[in-house]
Amino acid sequence: MSNIPEQLRYAASHEWIKVEGDIGTVGITDHAQNELSDVVYVDLPKVGAKIAAGAVAAVIESVKAASDIYSPATGEVTEVNSDLVKKPELVNSDPYGAAWLFRLKLSALGELSALKDAAGYKAQIGE
Amino acid sequence: MSDLATLQKTALFAAHQKLGARLVEFGGWLMPVQYSGIVEEHKAVREAAGVFDISHMGEFFVGDSGALAFLNGLLTNDAGKLAVGQGQYTLMLNEQGGAIDDLILYRLHDTEFLLVVNAAKMEEDRAWIKKNLPAGISFFDKSDTTSAVALQGPKALEIARAFLGAGWPEPKRNEITSYSWNCQPILAARTGYTGEDGVELFFPNEIAENFFLALLEAGRPLGLKPCGLGARDTLRLEACLPLNGNDLSGKRTPLEAGLGFFVSLTKEAVFPGKDVLLKQKSEGVKEKLVAFRVKEKGPPPRPHYPLFVGTEQVGEATSGAPSPTLGYGIGLAYVRADCAEPGTGLELEVRGGRVPVEVVKKPFYKRPN
Repeated sequence: MSNIPEQLRYAASHEWIKVEGDIGTVGITDHAQNELSDVVYVDLPKVGAKIAAGAVAAVIESVKAASDIYSPATGEVTEVNSDLVKKPELVNSDPYGAAWLFRLKLSALGELSALKDAAGYKAQIGE
Repeated sequence: MSDLATLQKTALFAAHQKLGARLVEFGGWLMPVQYSGIVEEHKAVREAAGVFDISHMGEFFVGDSGALAFLNGLLTNDAGKLAVGQGQYTLMLNEQGGAIDDLILYRLHDTEFLLVVNAAKMEEDRAWIKKNLPAGISFFDKSDTTSAVALQGPKALEIARAFLGAGWPEPKRNEITSYSWNCQPILAARTGYTGEDGVELFFPNEIAENFFLALLEAGRPLGLKPCGLGARDTLRLEACLPLNGNDLSGKRTPLEAGLGFFVSLTKEAVFPGKDVLLKQKSEGVKEKLVAFRVKEKGPPPRPHYPLFVGTEQVGEATSGAPSPTLGYGIGLAYVRADCAEPGTGLELEVRGGRVPVEVVKKPFYKRPN
């Protein structure tokens, strides 16, 4: 059973977003890190990049493969988690905390309602 | 991914499920990619031992008095050098000198041979052999009834001895011996695909699950872990053992792949592609399969990433992964012959950016002793 915090919203592509005002913090779910296993490298977006919901925003490399990470929302990148450059393994150990990937200034708050709540995501991954 | 229902399963499938394996499609088979984790399994093989299900691989038996001559006219290595009970790495080529498959050929008896071939190439191999098979030579494909595991690592032989008992005739490097387990015939070959010492064990499907689980049990006190295809790939890559479909193909010759040691151009027999290789040998190859590493802490190489010198593309990666043993990204690539010397600096294109890499001597990892 993976951890699925109640207060987050989820994309079907296994990213989470935490919304505070018009700032969204994005990461990947516990289920996703478990599926990827052994994360060795993280490619983050550039601060200032404008990203549309559903577009590739980052890449997480595990031993086996490189996986695209999609932005769950539209906005401009305001901050990235540079700790992950030196410690990519945080994605496996703390996917909802120390391994947040990037923050966005959200430009389309309305689209967030299309994301899943914890129960919806739990149903999607069959838990 | 193909429809799961159409994929083939080995006789160890239920055992993999019991052991909590994560399963993936590989060459038309549903196989374990990992149990506890790729890095953990990789380290188990380097430091103690791991066991892999290799039942998806093909086992072809070729026999009768003309078998040796037939195989010498089919495969690149000199089968005449094999004494009874010995095996050799060899390749089967198309008329253009490209690799159909790489395989191990064992001489079981004077006129009986075993070919262990790649799962994904089994159909193609069988068709090619049958097309070339003269009358009077017998060919049996026992892949469907044969299971196999690879027991690999510094503790592998100790585990095999403990499991099979004092009467087991232990094969030396590249040798194969027969024995029995629970009244069923087994073969043990001192070969592998990890860069470690170990044995590959072949046995009938009927005893597969019991054999596998009992072996795991016997090896557990010595650190034996079940290992999946994920670790198998990183282990073989560190050892620079080529993977057919990635590093070998019908469009690449063994000379380009750096496998000239396993090609006898001096033997009398004429195998498909021999003329092409003779010409290539005298003219020199234009591209070579090289090993390269990422120089700084950068993203790992992956198959198909292009390699550059300045603005000019000089090659393409065929395999790549982060090396669990070395801690940096490693890969194999075909590059222009003038860029193939160890020490040559190249740039790997990763998602539009450039990462400095260096051609290095093969292999990345060689076991101590």
